[in-house]
Amino acid sequence: MMTSTEQHDRAAPMIELRGITKSFGSVQANKNIHLKVSKGSIHGIVGENGAGKSTLMSILYGFYKSDSGEIYINGELTNITDSHKAIEAGIGMVHQHFKLVENFTVLENVILGTENNFLITPALNNARVLLSKLASAYSLEVNPDALIEDLSVGHQQRVEILKALYRQADILILDEPTGVLTPTEADHLFNILKNLSNEGKTIILITHKLREIMAVTDTVSVMRRGEMTTTLQTSETNPQELAELMVGRSVLLRVEKEATEVGAKSLEVENLTVTDKRGVTTLKNISFHVRKGEILGIAGVAGNGQTELLEALGGITPATGKMKINGEEIPLNGVGSDARSKRENGVSHVPEDRQKSGLILDFFAWENIVFGYHHKDEFNKNRFLMHNQKIRKIARSEMDKFDIRPPFPDTLAKNFSGGNQQKIVLARELEQNPKVLIVGQPTRGVDIGAIEFIHQKIIDLRNIGVAILLVSVELDEIFSLSDRVAVLFDGKIIGERITEKTNESELGLLMAGIEDDSETDSLITRKATE
Amino acid sequence: MKSLPKGVDLVLIPLINLLLAFMISGLVVVSIGENPFRAMQIIINGSLGSAYGLGYTLYYATNFIFTGLAVAVAFHARMFNIGGEGQAMVGALGTALVCLYIEWPHWTIAFPVAILAAALFGAAWSAIPAYLQAKRGSHIVITTIMFNFIAYSLMVYLLVHILKPKGQMAPESAKFVAGSNLPTAHEFFGWFGMVFPKSPPLNITFLLALLACFLIWLFIWRTRMGYAIRAFGWSETAAVYAGISPFRIIMVSMLVSGGLAGMMSINTVMGEAERLLIDSVQGAGFVGIAAALMGRSHPLGVFLAAVLFGVLYQGGAELEFEMPAVSREMIVVIQALVILFTGALENLVRVPIGKLFLKLNTKQN
Repeated sequence: MMTSTEQHDRAAPMIELRGITKSFGSVQANKNIHLKVSKGSIHGIVGENGAGKSTLMSILYGFYKSDSGEIYINGELTNITDSHKAIEAGIGMVHQHFKLVENFTVLENVILGTENNFLITPALNNARVLLSKLASAYSLEVNPDALIEDLSVGHQQRVEILKALYRQADILILDEPTGVLTPTEADHLFNILKNLSNEGKTIILITHKLREIMAVTDTVSVMRRGEMTTTLQTSETNPQELAELMVGRSVLLRVEKEATEVGAKSLEVENLTVTDKRGVTTLKNISFHVRKGEILGIAGVAGNGQTELLEALGGITPATGKMKINGEEIPLNGVGSDARSKRENGVSHVPEDRQKSGLILDFFAWENIVFGYHHKDEFNKNRFLMHNQKIRKIARSEMDKFDIRPPFPDTLAKNFSGGNQQKIVLARELEQNPKVLIVGQPTRGVDIGAIEFIHQKIIDLRNIGVAILLVSVELDEIFSLSDRVAVLFDGKIIGERITEKTNESELGLLMAGIEDDSETDSLITRKATE
Repeated sequence: MKSLPKGVDLVLIPLINLLLAFMISGLVVVSIGENPFRAMQIIINGSLGSAYGLGYTLYYATNFIFTGLAVAVAFHARMFNIGGEGQAMVGALGTALVCLYIEWPHWTIAFPVAILAAALFGAAWSAIPAYLQAKRGSHIVITTIMFNFIAYSLMVYLLVHILKPKGQMAPESAKFVAGSNLPTAHEFFGWFGMVFPKSPPLNITFLLALLACFLIWLFIWRTRMGYAIRAFGWSETAAVYAGISPFRIIMVSMLVSGGLAGMMSINTVMGEAERLLIDSVQGAGFVGIAAALMGRSHPLGVFLAAVLFGVLYQGGAELEFEMPAVSREMIVVIQALVILFTGALENLVRVPIGKLFLKLNTKQN
């Protein structure tokens, strides 16, 4: 493996890291990391959350200073103390969350910080010329006078790439670039990346999606617990091997799921419409149902109404339309539509954002284990006082059951890792004997080991006859869990499929808003529902 | 990142803050050519060194316990109630109305009724800003400050035009009925055959303040409502997700807060003055903010901080008397320094100490 890498870079590597070490307090985020990336290659870095990928890239981009170690760019020892130095050294970064000014035009964003003049017109003119060159060279077309807020996410990302190229970056770092893209947009991005690498740009791609690593990279490094464990030629490895290297043991990429008898309709939603405070209709007349023992996956690119759907059904935002649980209608607005009534009607809700919604980070684990259910008689001594001792005991046993570590109820929620925080939320919501479970992004930011566990718990719940609505932007997750898939686009359900009878490219088209042949679609739907 | 050990967080850091405040106060005293250690000695002796001094210290502390608890309760719901001053004034009106117009046979009957009236009036005064915050989003800091001014003007109007007996010069109400006079510490200790000086205004309300500390602790950390208040305070988004109604939390926390502030007036109006004065609160509402900050919104902390401010008030008065070079304004400066360091600059010491502990921890590992 080393020999083939060495053959690749006869000249000095474009990026070389030697012995990079960085610790935060008692946590060692990077341990003695060595890495060589040759010019013109696409190098992937994979690893679980907290493996140290982001820290390493932040050191390369000058956000953090390493405790020890050296960085060589193009063979030269380079001291990168801040992002200006990184830009000078030819390093550009495309962050996971774009750093664009929403109400500026593309051009204004591109020149931001490089005006070099009292007036911005010269820089704007200069940028306009350069942008059209870059656009044709790398198929990075984007209207230079459009406002950022009017652009699609895919185009906004192009602006980020253009920003880096405008600053004459030879090295591009992309941090989880496809999280917000449709599969089609992602493919387009990969084409751009390949073009860039053909032109001699060096690209580092940080991702947790092994599929993307296989599709686009030349070489790949695996990080685990702050160490760079392996560097491989992509052509000589496979997703299964990479996953095992990331976790350090063998993993199931797909959970085993036996067929179940689906029962009666448990959750029925008719003409659900949500209008937000600004008067924008975010969900438009949605109707669907979920049967007992069935998982309905809601796929779609983030921002097409998923959040609103979860919040409407969870009782967080008011909506119009009908919602029925086991045939009984429960209100979507006004009296009795709040989250507490939803829970009392047997709807458990695992929210998209565990840190903002699902947990009180400054509460102990035991306080969080009853959050939202703290009114239940079993958690209270009498009308006023809560039964804290009993709740602690319950928390202790739940933490064992869900393998939450550390297993101490008196630990603050914020001191758990992302995966364990998510398990606390799941332990709470799954253990209340729900009739219906609505889940949003159950494994976002959770490491592979915990993903397997969480998926298994959701399947277990389905197998005992709970109706589950799964909202996820991860197509892999939708495929591995759901029995049926509905695709949300622009606040509407644009199509529905039986998971086994569809594929990624078909769903990808739907996610991009390309409506399907309605006849075949309704046939499938009818069969599924009848 | 690990959080700090509890002892450091709750004891060491406030102590260091206090020391810093005293050091700078010492410099102030030195700058006018007086001995800061003697000044310190006068403060301590004057406030804690005798039953007489202690009587005053605890009397002031009683005020600060109520107003401190008021701020603390609201703060758990992330409501910054600056209006303790006004709520206490209106609470005083409630107390006065109960004690002026009903011929009470014995204080034991008047006491609970006055408590109820003081709490209701104080709560009513906080209810309006609370409602505006909960329904209209008007910021509670702004509205409660405004309500302080309104309360003050209201008191002036009532005392000048309505409650002042005819022919009297001072804007005060008539003296309360005799049956409403609360037992002072002198009388209280007398029942047990013990001696306590007659002049300090310390009275039975102090015990009520202690009870309030315990009940508020129970409320915040043991009841469902307290749980919901704390959850809302940490994260409104999460609270709504859990089905906790923001409107309810804002109203309940502010009503309890206003009620506590109002109950402060039992001490000054019913226990001490025995009539309604134009300024029956004397800034205790604002000191309460400092007490709550320093006490980290925990009833025990609020109690300790309230006693500290009691020491500063009483000791400061003694200092003014014993060291004529130290003027009244100078004492306010010292009090302000303590408030500044323990309240506003709390993080000044927290960050470096946190780093120090982290270093010590890593070395051990």
